[in-house]
Amino acid sequence: MIRLFHFDRATQSGQAPSGEEGGREFPEHSARSPLSVHDLTVAYHRKPVVWDVDLELPEGKLVALVGPNGAGKSTLIKACQELVPKASGLVQVYGRPYRHQRHLVGYVPQRESVDWDFPVSAMDVVAMGGYHRLGWLRPVNKRCRSEAMQALERVGLADLAGRQISQLSGGQQQRTFLARALAQDARLYLMDEPFAAVDAATERVIVELLHELKARGRTCFVVHHDLATVTEYFDWVVLMNMRVVDAGPTKEVFHQENLRKTYGGKLTVLSAAAEAVRNAGE
Amino acid sequence: MRRAALHLALGLWILLFVVPSLRGAVIHDHTEGIRPLGSLANRPIDWPSRADLLRVALLQDYNTRLVVVSASLLGTACGLIGGFLLLRKRSLMGDTLSHATLPGICLAFMGMVAFGHSGKSMPGLLLGALLSGILGFATVLAIRKVTRVKDDAAMGIVLSVFFGLGVALLGLIQKMPEGSAAGLEAFIYGKTASMVFEDFLVVSSVTVAALLVCVALFKEFRLVCFDEGFASSQGWPVVVLDTIMLGLVTIVTVAGLQAVGLILVIAFLITPAAAARFWTHRLGHLLALGALIGGLSGWMGAAISALLPRLPAGAIIVLVAAILFLVSMFFGSARGVLVRWFRQSRLKRKIGRQHLLRAAYEWLESRVENPDRERVINGPIKMAALVSSRSWSVPELNREIRRAYDDAFVQSFSDGELCLNEAGFLAAARVTRNHRLWELYLIENADIAPNHVDRDADAVEHVLGEPLVNELEKLLPAYRDARRSPMPGSPHPISGGAE
Amino acid sequence: MIEWYPIDTWIVLTGIVCAMGCAVLGNFLVLRRMSMMGDAISHAVLPGLAMAFLITGSRASLTMFVGAAVVGVLTAVFTQWVSHFGNVDRGASMGIVFTTLFAFGLLLIVQAADRVDLDPSCVLYGAIELTPLEILFRWSIAGWEIGVPRAFVVLGTVCLLNVIVVVLFFKEFRLSSFDPALATTLGFNARIMHYVLMTLVAITTVASFEAVGSIIVIAMLVVPAATAHLLTDRLSTMVPLSMVIAGSCAGLGHLSAITLPKWFGFEDTSTSGMMAVVAGALFGMAVLIAPRYGWVARRLALRRASRRLP
Ligand SMILES: Nc1ncnc2c1ncn2[C@@H]1O[C@H](COP(=O)(O)OP(=O)(O)OP(=O)(O)O)[C@@H](O)[C@H]1O
Ligand SMILES: [Mg+2]
Repeated sequence: MIRLFHFDRATQSGQAPSGEEGGREFPEHSARSPLSVHDLTVAYHRKPVVWDVDLELPEGKLVALVGPNGAGKSTLIKACQELVPKASGLVQVYGRPYRHQRHLVGYVPQRESVDWDFPVSAMDVVAMGGYHRLGWLRPVNKRCRSEAMQALERVGLADLAGRQISQLSGGQQQRTFLARALAQDARLYLMDEPFAAVDAATERVIVELLHELKARGRTCFVVHHDLATVTEYFDWVVLMNMRVVDAGPTKEVFHQENLRKTYGGKLTVLSAAAEAVRNAGE
Repeated sequence: MRRAALHLALGLWILLFVVPSLRGAVIHDHTEGIRPLGSLANRPIDWPSRADLLRVALLQDYNTRLVVVSASLLGTACGLIGGFLLLRKRSLMGDTLSHATLPGICLAFMGMVAFGHSGKSMPGLLLGALLSGILGFATVLAIRKVTRVKDDAAMGIVLSVFFGLGVALLGLIQKMPEGSAAGLEAFIYGKTASMVFEDFLVVSSVTVAALLVCVALFKEFRLVCFDEGFASSQGWPVVVLDTIMLGLVTIVTVAGLQAVGLILVIAFLITPAAAARFWTHRLGHLLALGALIGGLSGWMGAAISALLPRLPAGAIIVLVAAILFLVSMFFGSARGVLVRWFRQSRLKRKIGRQHLLRAAYEWLESRVENPDRERVINGPIKMAALVSSRSWSVPELNREIRRAYDDAFVQSFSDGELCLNEAGFLAAARVTRNHRLWELYLIENADIAPNHVDRDADAVEHVLGEPLVNELEKLLPAYRDARRSPMPGSPHPISGGAE
Repeated sequence: MIEWYPIDTWIVLTGIVCAMGCAVLGNFLVLRRMSMMGDAISHAVLPGLAMAFLITGSRASLTMFVGAAVVGVLTAVFTQWVSHFGNVDRGASMGIVFTTLFAFGLLLIVQAADRVDLDPSCVLYGAIELTPLEILFRWSIAGWEIGVPRAFVVLGTVCLLNVIVVVLFFKEFRLSSFDPALATTLGFNARIMHYVLMTLVAITTVASFEAVGSIIVIAMLVVPAATAHLLTDRLSTMVPLSMVIAGSCAGLGHLSAITLPKWFGFEDTSTSGMMAVVAGALFGMAVLIAPRYGWVARRLALRRASRRLP
């Protein structure tokens, strides 16, 4: 009814009702949600690749984003941070538009596009995550460095802290940037395939890291490809293929039918495997 | 296609310029009148009469013809090679090489003086410039290969060190007893140089050489520009190809330096190619278009400065090229600013319209009590329900409705109620049906679907084909149960709006 | 034998402050792959000079300086616009902008040439050998009369300004050069840092080439930084190292300008040219014998590694 009132007033006076974001009302619960996406549509050249996505992540959970190649997972993650233009929709981080909440979001892209020859050590890179706590002008201090060192230790790179970043292996580089996100101490982490091309040991390290973040009440939204480990690693799962097929607690939504809707009817082997793993886990 | 385009461009130039100018060359003696390109002559601007315009446009004047034809040929060659430089992110190579010629020129001068010649023999100086330019780009390539210094820094190093060496050598030359070196630098950089028939010969042969090499090595150059690592892993000699490419740039630069001046050559190697980039996504077209834009700006610029003799031709040509670049940047059909902006906003509108129509239809559908037996009928729609069905704000929805009204999809809207007209209702039904079919297709063929789905297409049938659409419709539950309904039911529960 | 006069000391000192002021900024230009910015700005300021002249009608160096510096900053702004809005490669947009501005400046100069002879080369190229002739103020210490040249004061101020800004904003410069997107996320606007850097570059370029000639600026913005990048893996080492290298270029450059030509029977040659040549020589040496990235070191490492294998 309140909405109706707003609506009438707006139509009659021809003016937008005042209030935050031009009269747009936020559902109460989205203030608690680390990331809420409404009606998001993204298109590259005339072709929508993400359709009408509605999403509301729970706080303090590890959330997997799964879907086939080209499903628009990276696009969704980028659109949430305004890295690609939206065709329609609204993205909120803790109840306010992303633009005002940038510092709450940590992003680990699919592949870092930095100059690998830049004269910085792994330590320097990780310390960059803490710069916003220093603010302008204050130089990097001991505390910032020790926090960076802790983050490096947590990803198992303490020995390589002084290495220039081009002299790290691909997996180590990836862990360095994870450590930087860690040092950033965001409340919501968006990670694009952190498990891609890492060995079993690194995978363990990353999983432990995710659980530690969860223990601290952080929310992680992770693009993940290995269906066999989804139930093991994640509390929540978002299944996506251009539009969101289903989203919810892993136990409830990660089943054969949804996987078929996401990956297609022919994907029996993988989904059967996932089912088997899920059953074994219970 | 691309070969055809290149041949066309080549043929056009020969027909338009080379042939008439050669005919002229036979008739005229080329010493009869020489007009400096960068002239600062102290004449007031006299606006051209119609006869002048005609004379220049038809290239009747021998000097005009020489200047215009040489400038456009040079522009063609530079625009062509500039395409490769642009893609290789080495656009400033022309800048580097043109500065790197100075020590060669000075050494050539000193050498010729040491052997008792005058020192200002043009072929000797050009040879020195060429050698020094080759050494310059070889140094760039060597720095790239041996160290982790990036291309741009390598170019900066070569530019400044070579030019510094040239300046130091000039310092020596000035102190030479024979040192009639006054203006050697200016002499070679085209400030006082004038177009003579030899210039035309040099420029046109360079152009033909550039065209031939680019056409012959098109595939190889494309590979190197696109993915150097892959090219070398496939056994292509990347260094050799780079050398050929930069060798061409050096030859063009040296030829152009002397004929038209430093700044013009630099601009010619960058601007036309960058302008062409806005019009096409294909390399062949990019090169042909770059050549065309280069030639066009050379031609127009030289013609303008022939009409207004107070204005230095080099500067005018650069400005014409810059204007063509700006025009391309805004109006380019592939990557132009306006096109991108227009596409984005049209897309937003289209998606907004679809959202409105679909929300309206779904609300109407939710009114139907027995969907198995009754049809969805048009009727007044509660706007409050529409607002809550999606994440649009009230003003956004209002704007959307007003637009739909303007396009004659809406009969009336007032008092919190919206009524679609016949066309609007049909469109809403079609949009909803298409959307559901696409969604179903995505569910049924999730593995291959993302590459085919074009939700924008007005008719699914055109993309998927009639049989497949029939197949899909059979799968939709509502359609199967009640064949009377024109509308398949949604494969998922519809959110909001149904209360 | 070397003949060294007080004037040579001043030339070297002026060269050192100029080179250091350029080199400290050059580090970030090289790391951001904008090494050609010095060259671009030193060409592009022509319309600024002509405009300043046409508006005020004087060739006073302050108006010229302001005109040139404004256009220098505009060059950076236009370059940014073209590459951002048009999606054009940075180098290409730099080239388009500076050639266009230069051509425009030429046209303006043709207009101005009616009134007075404004030869671009005489406005554009200062000569470092002439700087000690223009004394700003005199100082006497213990009976010694010292005349401080204007160029030294100006370039010393610019150098000091650059060093102070870089030291104060070191963290921000490092972050926004390395990862601009992260910088913006963390609340340090990368674009502001970019324009701060570009403004400093424009001021430095204009102040330097007006006093000592453009070739020094172009060389010192690139070569010492690139050399230092071959020698170290830490930005906090690279910046002071590049300044030391730049300072040595100035000293050695002048020394070789007055000694080397004697071997060939000449008197002397241009100091600015020789500074660039010395910078190139130092870079070449670094390429050969840098401790880790040098050619020799890598050869040796390769040899050692292959010998260890059976
Ligand atoms: N810059 C772009 N321009 C045009 N189309 C793009 C662009 N980036 C992605 N696409 C298209 O958008 C779709 C979604 O791409 P996206 O990168 O989001 O997929 P993804 O789910 O991350 O896939 P993957 O699992 O392979 O990383 C793909 O069909 C892709 O072709
Ligand atoms: Mg992806």
